[in-house]
Amino acid sequence: MFPAPFEYHRAASIDEALALLAQHGGDARVLAGGQSLIPAMRFRLARPAVLVDINGLSDLAYMREEDGMLAIGAMTRDAALETSDLISAKYPLLADTSAVVADPVVRQSGTVVGSLCHNDPAGDWGVTALAARAQIVVRGKGGTRTVAIDDFLIDSFTTAVAEGELALEVRFPTPPARTAGSYQKIERKVGDFATASAAARITLDANGAIAGAGIAIGAAGPHATRVTEAERLLNGAKPTKELIRAAADAARATADPAADNRGSVEFKKDMAGVLVRRALVAALGRLGVEGLQ
Amino acid sequence: MKISVTVNGKLYERDVEPRTLLAYFLREALGLTGTHVGCDTSSCGVCVVVLDGDRAVKSCTMFAVMADGHEITTVEGLVQGGKLHPLQQAFWDCHGLQCGYCTPGMLMTSYALLKHQPHPDEPAIREALAGNLCRCTGYQNIVKAVQQAAAETNAPAPEPVAT
Repeated sequence: MFPAPFEYHRAASIDEALALLAQHGGDARVLAGGQSLIPAMRFRLARPAVLVDINGLSDLAYMREEDGMLAIGAMTRDAALETSDLISAKYPLLADTSAVVADPVVRQSGTVVGSLCHNDPAGDWGVTALAARAQIVVRGKGGTRTVAIDDFLIDSFTTAVAEGELALEVRFPTPPARTAGSYQKIERKVGDFATASAAARITLDANGAIAGAGIAIGAAGPHATRVTEAERLLNGAKPTKELIRAAADAARATADPAADNRGSVEFKKDMAGVLVRRALVAALGRLGVEGLQ
Repeated sequence: MKISVTVNGKLYERDVEPRTLLAYFLREALGLTGTHVGCDTSSCGVCVVVLDGDRAVKSCTMFAVMADGHEITTVEGLVQGGKLHPLQQAFWDCHGLQCGYCTPGMLMTSYALLKHQPHPDEPAIREALAGNLCRCTGYQNIVKAVQQAAAETNAPAPEPVAT
């Protein structure tokens, strides 16, 4: 099906994009990679009257480390992360994620920031952003603000980006020493939405105890969900099989999935636990901690 | 809305509705029916074309207006001087198709892959084609065809990996 008619504007600068978004308010949507928005428009799930295309804003296509953060611009496509030496060397959690978003052709168009702004309950980047404690930089008429990912993801397909605002970049804290992460996802086929997914990011202290834990699950609620109880259990503890099992059980208890043709509620809750366990084992394995299977 | 798009080296100027999808623009406005439409929902990959020389895109999930000022390569653009592109020849030689419906998308995804990675190994080829569905071949001969085309390229061999 074709989308409903809309007015198309191609922004030549961030300022022009902001002016267009301010002018059209709630009627306007930002068009970046379009890999979620265009299908939604085709199914008439979204009917924006105005699209503001930011694909021409090449100054928003970047990955750079600054002030202890990796900043990824709004026009940086998933494929750029997949092929980045910086990402594969220093950000294994992001590397894992970028390799399993949708399919390889979709990743040549889809953007990280666009996925966060779409905020699909089964999307990948929200899960990773929670585990990594990312921030999103949003600009509007009133200026530029930085929003923690926990405050950014408000409800399914709803974020803290207000009318007239543009999300400029996402910032992932640069991992301190002895930090690793992992993203785990099961899907029926390549390109399908996650049946379940989980991300873990772990920092170990000099004694091998967990100094920082980020745990989140996807396709298990209205949007990606932090497993606060698992983080509480992990923080300060030495990694053991029993600890990981307890963290996985916390994920099962937190998960609040909807049944669909990908699986029942019981199955998806169990998978949330299985994938948290796998993510923890993989992240700790990357830190040289073995024998936790 | 008036757009100018270079397709297979030729500049086309057309008036389109913003909601016109690139696949339909190519097929219906330009008559380039080599680009197929399959699932029409970004899942099957038969509509893949190449944008600006090296980016594979599913043309059912891009508006034609987004291509304004850009270059598109479709399967019709692969033949040079009446001679099949090495990828097309390899699909022929290796029986990389049966019904042929997915072939334009397979060719264009592979074309973009070889632009980025002239010498992909078999897992890399299988991974790159993971967004393109084929219901006939079982993929084996498609992968062989891409391997053959890659072996014939003049692009420099990968640098030896330090051991």
